[in-house]
Order: sequence, then C-alpha cells, then structure tokens
Amino acid sequence: MRHVVPVLTVLGVIVAIWYAAAIGMNARWERDQAARAGETITWAEIVPRTMSQERPILPAPHQVGAGLWDGIAGQAVTSRRSLVWHGWVTLSATLAGFGVGTAAGMLLAVGIVHSRVMDQSVMPWAVASQTVPILAIAPMVIVVLASLGVKGLLPKAVISAWLSFFPVLVGMVAGLRSPDGMQLDLMRSWNASPSHVFWRLRLPSSLPWLFASLKVAIAAALVGTIVGELPAGATQGLGARLLSGSYYGQTVQIWAALFTAAILAAALVMLLGAVERLTLRRMGLAR
Amino acid sequence: MNATAAQMDPAPAPAPAAAVIAARNLDLTFQTRDGPVQALKGVDLSIGRGDFVSFIGPSGCGKTTLLRCIAALEQPTGGSLTVNGMSADEARRARAYGYVFQAPGLYPWRSIAGNISLPLEIMGFGKADRRERIARVLDLVELTGFGGKYPWQLSGGMQQRASIARALAFDADILLMDEPFGALDEIVRDRLNEALLALWEKTGKTIAFVTHSIPEAVYLSTRIVVMSPRPGRITDVIESPLHRHRPLEIRDSAEFIAIAQRVREGLRAGHSYD
Repeated sequence: MRHVVPVLTVLGVIVAIWYAAAIGMNARWERDQAARAGETITWAEIVPRTMSQERPILPAPHQVGAGLWDGIAGQAVTSRRSLVWHGWVTLSATLAGFGVGTAAGMLLAVGIVHSRVMDQSVMPWAVASQTVPILAIAPMVIVVLASLGVKGLLPKAVISAWLSFFPVLVGMVAGLRSPDGMQLDLMRSWNASPSHVFWRLRLPSSLPWLFASLKVAIAAALVGTIVGELPAGATQGLGARLLSGSYYGQTVQIWAALFTAAILAAALVMLLGAVERLTLRRMGLAR
Repeated sequence: MNATAAQMDPAPAPAPAAAVIAARNLDLTFQTRDGPVQALKGVDLSIGRGDFVSFIGPSGCGKTTLLRCIAALEQPTGGSLTVNGMSADEARRARAYGYVFQAPGLYPWRSIAGNISLPLEIMGFGKADRRERIARVLDLVELTGFGGKYPWQLSGGMQQRASIARALAFDADILLMDEPFGALDEIVRDRLNEALLALWEKTGKTIAFVTHSIPEAVYLSTRIVVMSPRPGRITDVIESPLHRHRPLEIRDSAEFIAIAQRVREGLRAGHSYD
C-alpha cells in the first residue's frame, strides 16, 4: 500500500500535463472561431470550451475516457462501433500470429543451437527480416494474399508472426546456450546423448529467457496486427478504427482505440508475467 | 555388482598394484592465440585400485587438466593414458567414473533425489532400481530424508554432498574430484573430509582428488602427487605412511607434520624454477 501514493502522484502529473496540453492546443481553434465572428474571447471562456470540442486536436482525458466507456460498455458487443468487437478481431489475429511466431522462433532456435550451418545461414536472414520496415511490407502481404483469395485473420496473423518470431528466436538461442561448461561436462561424463542434453538441460535452462522474450513478442504481435489492419481500407479491428478515426477527424475515436490497444497489450503482458512467475516458481528458478 | 560386494566389506585391503589409471609420458599442449601452452609435460603416473591419490600444486600446474584427461574431457597431445585398461574415452563411454566439480552443479528445478536420479535416467536404470540407489547414496553421504528438498533449501556443504551422491549413484568404481570442497569454509571442509574418508573406506572406490590445500591432501591421501607449472609436470610423489583409518586428530601427529613438510618443500622447489 506504500506504493499507492507515488503511483497516484505520477498519474496525476501525467493527467495535469495532458489537460494543459489540451487547453494549449485546442485554444487556437476557439480564438479563430471568435475572430471569425468578430468577437473577443477571454481565457476564462476559452478554457472550458477547449475541453468539450467535437473534433479537438488533442482531446482532454475525460473525453477519451467517455469515448472509451461508450466504445466498451455503451454498445452491443456485436456492433461495429463496439471497441470490444474490434478488440476481439485484433486479439484473435494477434494470438494466432503470436502462436505461429513463437513456434517458428523456438524451432529455428533449436536448429541454430544444434547446427553450425543453420547458425550461419538462418541468423543473418532472421536479422535482415527485422530491418525491413514493417509499414512497407504489410500492404504488400495484405494485397498479395488478398489476390490469392486469402482475407480476414490470416494475412494479419502473418504480419504479426513476422514481428513476433524474432525476439523468441534471439531469446531462445541465448537460453539454450545458457548452460555453462561444467553442466555440459557433467552430461559428457555421463555419456549423455544430444537429446538428453536438450530435454533435460538446455530446454529447462532456457525457460527464463523464453518468458522474457515472449513478453516482447506478444507486444510486437499486437503492433503487427494493428499495422496489418491499416492498409487496403480494412473495416475490422483496432487498426481500422484508428484509420477511420483519422479519415473523419474523430480524434476521440483515435485515442479511444489507442487506449484499447494499450490496455490489451498490458493485459497480455501481465498474463504472460503471471504464467512466468507460476512456472519459474514451480521450477525453483525464481525466488 | 562388485561395488555392492565391496560395500559389505568394512575395510577392503589395498589391492596389489593393479593399475586402474596409467599414464605414460603424457603431454598436452593447448594452442592459444599467444602461441602453444604446455599444460602437461611428460607425466608418468599409475593409480592402483582403491588408492586415494591427491594432486596438489599452484594454479596452472595442470592438476585439473590431468584429471580432465583421465575423464576424457580433454584430449592429450602425446603419450599414452589408460583407464580400466581402456582408452580414457572408451572408459568415459563405459561410464567408468563419477566426476565431482568445485560447484555442486545441481539443477534448481529438480529435487535432491531428482538430481541424483538424473544420471541414472540418462543411463537407463529402471524406476525401482533408481529409487533404491538414490536411497542408498543419500545414506552414504548422510543426507537421508533430504531427497525431497530442493537445492536452494540446502547449505553449500549439503549441496556438495548431494553432488557426491550423484557421482556415486551409478556405481562407477573411480571417483574424480576437482577441488570439491574448495568453495566451503574450513569447518565444513573438515567434516566433509572425514565423511569422504569414511565413504572411501566403506566403498573401496579409487579416488583422484585435486586440491591446493596441503592439510587436506595429506589427511586424505594414500599418495600425494606434487605438481608444478610452466610446463605442468609432476615434481614429487609421496607415499603416505599413515594408516588408512584416520581420525581428524592425526593432523597433530609428528608423522602428519613431516609429510606436510615434505609437500611444502616440493611445492617450493617447483616454484624456484621461475
């Protein structure tokens, strides 16, 4: 409970800065309106108006809160205006991409650790794949797959997997290589086979590394899915919600979608964190 | 099994010198970036069944390297080395020895019993056999009742005893120990030295033991091999006249002090080369 005060203080400072910025950024529009009407306007009049504009440059926190509440609780879950519905569209593609990306990353890591040839041939391509800007690749993936008749969840999951396999690969390679020389010598002294070394030593040792990289990967998977929802005029998902908001100048809608994405990411990372704590504690790796 | 029979016998008589480990003119040169480093040069050594041989010397004298050669964890570059009449690598594949490192190296995700079970699982022992062996070696190292505990619940000395139990579990008749008590405080070390002697007496294992403590080497060994660095070589081999059964107080006897004196002189002589 000692943490409540500092946490609330930080939150309060952020909200205060946000309100100040909203007033500053939205005041100009109010002044222009007044000038156009030939009136003069005082600060005392400007301040309350900056917090209730229809299309503010920066919506005030309570406007975003209201938008968020309306999107989550104010609509039927099946409605196109419901953030729960859009959130689920994004979440399902994220989880699919994360699953595929994690599996691919783990398999490649196992190959890389056991084969020098794979280490030298796969790793450079894995690194190169991540240096390509995802914003440039995503539309191509969507368009190419759409021309093949693949639409909906799958193309987004591909982009999401693209982003999420890499942290898993890097973390898993480090984890599988983490047993020290003494541990490997012990295995050698027992004449253990490579599969014994893998299942009984390397894999359990790699789990702390795996969990750390899974947290990075799931956040990346969510970003990948949202990026995959932006091109080609998608109509479903948080990315589509962001896009339509920016078309029509609905800044409140944009911010509400952004916060939904952030809450979703935080929830996923926390969920992984809970699984991590549980697993590592049971294994005696966390104290 | 042989070892089970030996265990029944409270004090097996020292067998006539049937060499379990025999090295002839053994060389090992490491190729490093700064050029070749001679870790071992012209090592001649014969260890008989049931011997307790200590290797002592300053760091860099090749004592650990020699032990690793016997374990086939290093490949000698010259000379010959046989373990149980086989090449060192054949002996390793025949699981002829248990190796104990300075750190216990227990898996944190396995209980003590699980850790002892690990080599047994790898070697394909059946479940009932494993359980029986785990109970037996836990008793040997006086850890009965601790099988269900996890390594972090045990003190450093108890963890090291568990790692010795792990090395004993599969009945290898050679025990290779690389400074197993080097990281422990002196009181714990004394107790473990006593326990190790008792265990050696009970099981009749052949033990090769690396240390840099003179009292430890003299207290434990039937033979002390003094080594010196650059190049790593044997400078003196001391046959201990002490009786195989040794209470801790023997360390105050004149005999003990005389042997320790000779070891110290051997170490000093080795150092005067540089």
